[in-house]
Amino acid sequence: MKRSTLLFGLIGTTALLFLIRLFYLQIIDDSYKLNADSNAIRKLKLYAPRGTIYDREGRVMVANKPAYDLLAIPNQVETFDTLKLCTLVGIEPRELRQKLRDARAYSRFKPSPIVQQMNQVDYARLGEQLYAFKGFYIQKRTLRRYPEGGAANVVGFVGEVTDAYIQKNPEYDRGDLHGVTGIEKSYEKALRGIKGTRYVLVDVHNREKGSFRNGLYDTTAVPGVDLVATIDLELQRYAEELMRNKRGSIVAIEPSTGEIILLVSSPTFDPNLLVGRARSANYNALERDSFAKPLYDRALLAEYPPGSPFKLINALVGLQLGVMDTLKTYTCHHGFHAGSLHVACHCGTSYPLRLIPGIAKSCNNFFCSTFRDIINSRPTSREGMNTWSEHVKSFGLGQFLDNDLPTGRKGFVPDADYYNKAFGYTQWKAVSTISLGIGQGELLLTPLQMANVAATIANRGYFYTPHIVRSAGDTAIARFSKPRRTLVDPKHFEPVVEGMHQVFEAGTARGSRIESIPMCGKTGTAENPHGQDHSIFIAFAPKDEPKIAISIIVENGYWGSRWAAPIASLLMERYLHDSISRPELEKRMMEGDLSQEYLQNADRRLVRKKPGAEP
Amino acid sequence: MRENRSIFANLDWISILIYFILVFLGWISIYSAVYNEEHNRITDLSQEYGRQLVFIGGSFVLIVLILFTDGRLFEKLAWPVYGISLLVLAGVLVAGTTVSGARSWYQFGGFSLQPSEFMKFATALALSKLLSGDGRENRTGARKKMPNKALIALVILLPVAFILPQPDLGSALVYTAFLFPLHREGMPAWVIFSLMWAGALFLLSLLIDSTWLMGGMTAVALGALWFFRKERGSWLVLGVIWVLSLGVALSVDYAFNNLLEDRHRNRINILIGKAEDPTGIGYNTNQSMIAIGSGGFAGKGFLQGTQTKFDFVPEQSTDFIFCTIGEEFGFLGSLLVVLLFSTLLVRLILLAERQRSSFGRIYGYCVASVLFLHFAVNIAMTIGLAPVIGIPLPFFSYGGSSLWGFTLLFFIFIRLDAYRMQIL
Ligand SMILES: [Zn+2]
Repeated sequence: MKRSTLLFGLIGTTALLFLIRLFYLQIIDDSYKLNADSNAIRKLKLYAPRGTIYDREGRVMVANKPAYDLLAIPNQVETFDTLKLCTLVGIEPRELRQKLRDARAYSRFKPSPIVQQMNQVDYARLGEQLYAFKGFYIQKRTLRRYPEGGAANVVGFVGEVTDAYIQKNPEYDRGDLHGVTGIEKSYEKALRGIKGTRYVLVDVHNREKGSFRNGLYDTTAVPGVDLVATIDLELQRYAEELMRNKRGSIVAIEPSTGEIILLVSSPTFDPNLLVGRARSANYNALERDSFAKPLYDRALLAEYPPGSPFKLINALVGLQLGVMDTLKTYTCHHGFHAGSLHVACHCGTSYPLRLIPGIAKSCNNFFCSTFRDIINSRPTSREGMNTWSEHVKSFGLGQFLDNDLPTGRKGFVPDADYYNKAFGYTQWKAVSTISLGIGQGELLLTPLQMANVAATIANRGYFYTPHIVRSAGDTAIARFSKPRRTLVDPKHFEPVVEGMHQVFEAGTARGSRIESIPMCGKTGTAENPHGQDHSIFIAFAPKDEPKIAISIIVENGYWGSRWAAPIASLLMERYLHDSISRPELEKRMMEGDLSQEYLQNADRRLVRKKPGAEP
Repeated sequence: MRENRSIFANLDWISILIYFILVFLGWISIYSAVYNEEHNRITDLSQEYGRQLVFIGGSFVLIVLILFTDGRLFEKLAWPVYGISLLVLAGVLVAGTTVSGARSWYQFGGFSLQPSEFMKFATALALSKLLSGDGRENRTGARKKMPNKALIALVILLPVAFILPQPDLGSALVYTAFLFPLHREGMPAWVIFSLMWAGALFLLSLLIDSTWLMGGMTAVALGALWFFRKERGSWLVLGVIWVLSLGVALSVDYAFNNLLEDRHRNRINILIGKAEDPTGIGYNTNQSMIAIGSGGFAGKGFLQGTQTKFDFVPEQSTDFIFCTIGEEFGFLGSLLVVLLFSTLLVRLILLAERQRSSFGRIYGYCVASVLFLHFAVNIAMTIGLAPVIGIPLPFFSYGGSSLWGFTLLFFIFIRLDAYRMQIL
């Protein structure tokens, strides 16, 4: 036998085997072929319904409703009655042609959405006529539904993926939805589920003839995971009502867990506006509203100098560093004076003040002096500043806390390096930075960080990273369960808490006091160079074993006790007692309208923006 | 001048014609697979067909270079080429870029190179050189002593040792092709048959319950014993084969159930079709069979395929390029491609047999065997006869490295063949 026989034999056998197999696949086996009246296998996406989002009490915040998309595969589209299709689905011929051009540009072979989010009625009407439009087909999907409305900034909204997004995340296709803001964004992976696929045979009349190979290659969609948010939806909606016609934000945290109970940004919008076919028009209107900026989440993105509430942190740092104790006194002479520097004070005292009344009266002199002593407690101002900065940062300030919120800001806590650069030399003195003593100057905190400060003081020295989702599916979110301690010893918190209690009992917030709940708080007024000052308040209640810590900012709301403190008091009462004992206060707050302030501000800005050409 | 003319007169134009037809069919399949109206200029470099055109141009340069090289040079350079290729191949494990899980590529800016594609012709050269002795001719036709078996094994297995850890099972598997030239040069056929038998047993013992398999093998052995009952000593041979087979089956069974982790087990189950997984690894084969099957007798026509566009069949323009032929040109197209490949392979063996130098003959066998293995494994995988093993279809699949690698392999032999007349 010749030695070449083996290879010849194998080549012959292989070729024969291939040809038999190909003959079988291509000519004999009908299941792989498309029989006479079907001319395509169509790959249908089975959209996974996104997970439902519940609030902390089990109320539905976000659910689903069915909707229908009309898609087209450009290379299968044949000449059709354009006007008829336009009438059926209610769009302009011009728009239809543009959509088809876009679809063709994207891909001739992949489906592109032509009309999206049609309702049941449109769908039924179109379905009967679809045979006349080759290359078009209807795909069922689910849309978001917000049964109670409210908390639009918290849950966020979904939007269609952009082509750029698909480039980066190839698991998405054109027409898919993804979370753009809020929980929808930060928990996108859990909520989206897994898409399924169904292969159907389609005949020459564009009719589906049933599944391909009995569904052998089909996969079912896996629904997204349900989430339980930490928000109290009822309280959130109540808070949104209290903030009507006012700008600002409210954040409330459960101190014992770090769960965010309230995350209000005002003005807000109805999340149902961003669903369905009116979505893009509504979205553009919200987006373009540069005056009220409803899409801007003030609770997470706005940064303010915290003002007086920050005095609490200076007191705590002072106690920890031993530069003062509860007995040490400072006497106020209408303010803090050092050389040519004056920080005015309207506390109205002229007698030696101890810490607790100092907090209750919010004396500027007391806390400027404390801050000066903190900075001077180290050999150089620079070391003093860094020690102070380190202690302040241990309250979670000046940093992202690695939380589960979709967006945020770090705020700002300066240190020695910052001032070396700002002043251009290193020999600066404590008094040059004295405004930090009363929470002004370069300091910046977000409303979320201020609420967290309140929670930290409520806990007497530690906090849990504030978070917005409690559990996904059956699993609790575990990564926020570790307490984070501040650098201040728990024993120093008691006098500060007592001082905050006195704010309600005898201090700046006594107008917001109620008998049934011992509350602790601190009012503030953040200086606003652009107009009326901002009204700020942080609080927690009850004094012992606190259940809720809160921060409120009412922009251009004058001073803390005018708007912020009463609203906080109402919210804490409603949360703890489920009822309101002060209907007239409630009414006054709800009807309070600061829109005139905002208009004036806008006018002032316009005036300022005018070019200075005129004499 | 005279010499050059004689070279062109001596070129085997049949093989060269088939080469050009295959390259052309490959290119239009790639064009069809990624066709997009927005990019329909055939030279669009952002598209695979545009780049493939550049690779084809590069191949033509290589062809001209090879044809104008002195035929003796290839034999002289066999060892240096092998050594350098091996170094480059080893280097990829250190300096390579990982593409879809395998560290098989060098990346230079926008250009990438897969050294394992060039290792094949280098190994073929080295093996031919080794088996043919020091180039001294064996004019009497008497069979020379085979060189050291360990050395032969080393030349073949060294590249495998560098390719397996990438990991690239498909490219490593190709090296079994070198068994055929070894057989041609004297290695007994039973070595190949027993390897094939072991491979088949390996797959069978994964597919079939071991008790059934062993029972079946025993039945076959008894039948064979009865059939060969008149042959002296047949019971001894059959007994040995039977015991060895049982041993292979049992050890595969044991290894599969006790040594492998779950995820490996799952993967193998899917590979051999035991588990249904339309979206996972088995998905490719299913999609590819749908595409080919839907082509029918005459196909859907050029650019009219619906299943071989973009997302239905993954690796459409590389490992699964044959689907496009199957879908758009139907059974007729598939038949043409299978016949072209078979004719080319048979032609190559005939050319190899007419070589006067043993170097040329062995190299010819290497070329035919490597091309055969690629052809057999690639198409078998595409039509669902073999598990998904990612190796390209020679001259067809998209990719500069593979096209150039095969072109070098093939045209060096064409050059050697044209030169054969000058050997007295
Ligand atoms: Zn004072």
